[in-house]
Amino acid sequence: MSPEANHSSHTAEEAHAAHATAGTRETTEGTVYDVTGGDWDEIAAAAAKSDDERIIVNMGPQHPSTHGVLRLILEIDGETVTEARCGIGYLHTGIEKNLEYRTWTQGTTFVTRMDYVMPLFNEAAYCLAVEKLLGIEDQIPDRATVIRVMLMELNRISSHLVYLATGGMELGATTVAIAGFRDREMILDLFELITGLRMNHAFIRPGGLSQDLPPGGMDALREFQKKMRKNLPEYDKLATGNPVYKARLQGIGYLDLSGCMALGLTGPILRSAGLPFDLRKAQPYCGYDTYDFDVPTVDTCDSYGRFLLRIEEMRESLRIIDQCLERLDQLKPGSVMVEDKKIAWPAQLALGPDGLGNSLDHIKNIMGTSMEALIHHFKLVTEGFRVPPGQAYAAVESPKGELGVHAVSDGGTRPYRVHFRDPSFTNLQSMSAMCEGGQVADVIVAVASIDPVMGGVDR
Amino acid sequence: MSQDNGINKPNPDQDVNAHNLPGHRGDQGEVVGVRRGMFGANSGADTSGYGGLVRTVRLPGGTTRPYGPAPSGAEPGAPREPGVFDEIADELEGALEEQGLLPAEVIQKTVVDRRELTFHIERAYLLQVARTLRDDPALRFEMCTGVSGVHFPEDEGRELHAVYHLRSLTHNRLIRLEVTAPDADPHVPSLVEVYPTNDWHERETYDFFGLVFDGHPALTRIIMPDDWQGFPQRKDYPLGGIPVEYKGAQIPAPDQRRSYS
Repeated sequence: MSPEANHSSHTAEEAHAAHATAGTRETTEGTVYDVTGGDWDEIAAAAAKSDDERIIVNMGPQHPSTHGVLRLILEIDGETVTEARCGIGYLHTGIEKNLEYRTWTQGTTFVTRMDYVMPLFNEAAYCLAVEKLLGIEDQIPDRATVIRVMLMELNRISSHLVYLATGGMELGATTVAIAGFRDREMILDLFELITGLRMNHAFIRPGGLSQDLPPGGMDALREFQKKMRKNLPEYDKLATGNPVYKARLQGIGYLDLSGCMALGLTGPILRSAGLPFDLRKAQPYCGYDTYDFDVPTVDTCDSYGRFLLRIEEMRESLRIIDQCLERLDQLKPGSVMVEDKKIAWPAQLALGPDGLGNSLDHIKNIMGTSMEALIHHFKLVTEGFRVPPGQAYAAVESPKGELGVHAVSDGGTRPYRVHFRDPSFTNLQSMSAMCEGGQVADVIVAVASIDPVMGGVDR
Repeated sequence: MSQDNGINKPNPDQDVNAHNLPGHRGDQGEVVGVRRGMFGANSGADTSGYGGLVRTVRLPGGTTRPYGPAPSGAEPGAPREPGVFDEIADELEGALEEQGLLPAEVIQKTVVDRRELTFHIERAYLLQVARTLRDDPALRFEMCTGVSGVHFPEDEGRELHAVYHLRSLTHNRLIRLEVTAPDADPHVPSLVEVYPTNDWHERETYDFFGLVFDGHPALTRIIMPDDWQGFPQRKDYPLGGIPVEYKGAQIPAPDQRRSYS
């Protein structure tokens, strides 16, 4: 370091004392503000000068326990969090904007990537909104609706398992983490069998489903039900009565009913405050009113209550899946798409022997016998169907709360505007209310109990 | 073909009241824009043959009573019986009158479409209406599911729309509020005071549409970087993207591709 530089750093010392990470210097170009961060000893010296131990810490966006790229800005005094704010937007991918440049059907491919832990809920909510715009809610075949419900409930279990596993991991409970991901793997295998992909399925389409259950699907589902029934009590044994778990979770992330209502929280957080509000019961969609299940609640308002609730909800989901399987047994294999051929993609859509695309029979048919069918197929896939102008709002009860879709059409073949009211986005606002005044270590527990997924928050 | 496949329904070119004609409202409804031509051939060099196409975009216009809703599965134009929507509208109008306001002045129009109830509110009264909706025991819309922006660049004087969905847990109802603001004066009152949950939602809408929510405690960008220029969800903001080469051919960026208007 040259003597001059040494001198200048000496004169800047007072500025450093005021704000350890910022400095200014005068150059021929004007004042240059330096916010690149100071040396640790400078920060420590500045902290030592002030009487208290008040310090601002960035937790994330790359911290392993913040569920993806969530940035928590914590003002801490010793071990106490005095102020907590979220920084979000690190995973913004412009999905809502992109939707406006694809057809309504292609939209499912985008929305499934939003909250990637509950892809089938994104698809279902989006398709319900599009179907409402088209006015075809009553024309969806029963079989498609039952499979939708079953897939959503499977997805609810897998989402809650991710909550359990990552939440356990953050507490150091690696056994819970491994068990959670082990069981989630079974569900992802089922998804792969049914939809072809472990995630990003684009399986639920406006008007129905892309295809029916594959051969052997029912057996695999029954097998899963059996295994999951056996595995689910393991979480109770591992965690529910575990004194360490209880000590870490009980009374942490406290938010009562009035707080939940003001902040618009839904899902397990709202139900942990004792209000049995569940869209599946309150505003049934996909025929949920015909299924027999309960909405569990607790009144502890804390992380432990939310943990218990999610385990209980998985049990209820298993009950619903059982009923779906029963119904699928009774429903004969049939169409899983609306009848209207102006909306449904070619119904003969099937896998060819190469595992890709359409069946040879179908191609032979449309190429060789029906010019109109070929044109129709081409127009429907490239141009898409038109949706009458207007707007619609559809909401489903996702594992995290109310997932709402506000879809606007201008009568074209592409969405004019689609807005997702993602439950993670809304619920994450409660982080400040849950964490301020608590310990730094409890921030992790509180955030885990919110169960935010940044893909959904940032979209 | 005996099967009803939608193709054999009345020909929309000949029967202007055909139900399968997308979004057909005759002369009814509210015009928010006109689409001309197809495949983006607007520069004058139209070789597509579609240049003469004109399609007026009509959103559902104001509804006259009774509001209904019609039973599920009813034909779109079928007459409605008085129902829950009328109850909500009566209660809201009554509550506004009690506060010395003229309902006709506050509520520009009431729209019932697709079994959903929408109140179009004059923006100056939005906060008062929201508070009334939340606090009146007969209304009790305790929960707001946030705000969604919509940009209609051709809808002069009301280019920016802010759409709120309010949920009543007490009565198990859902309604929609819509306010508009011109591009030249993109201001809408903030609802954070009534629904604190709208804090982030309004920041998001500001971030993407440039709608300024007056009275918001800290209206800053939330998703886009702080120094971002422009408002990405507006219709005049390009999607961007780069062309991709695939098997020797150039695939244009998504917003440059042929599109059907």
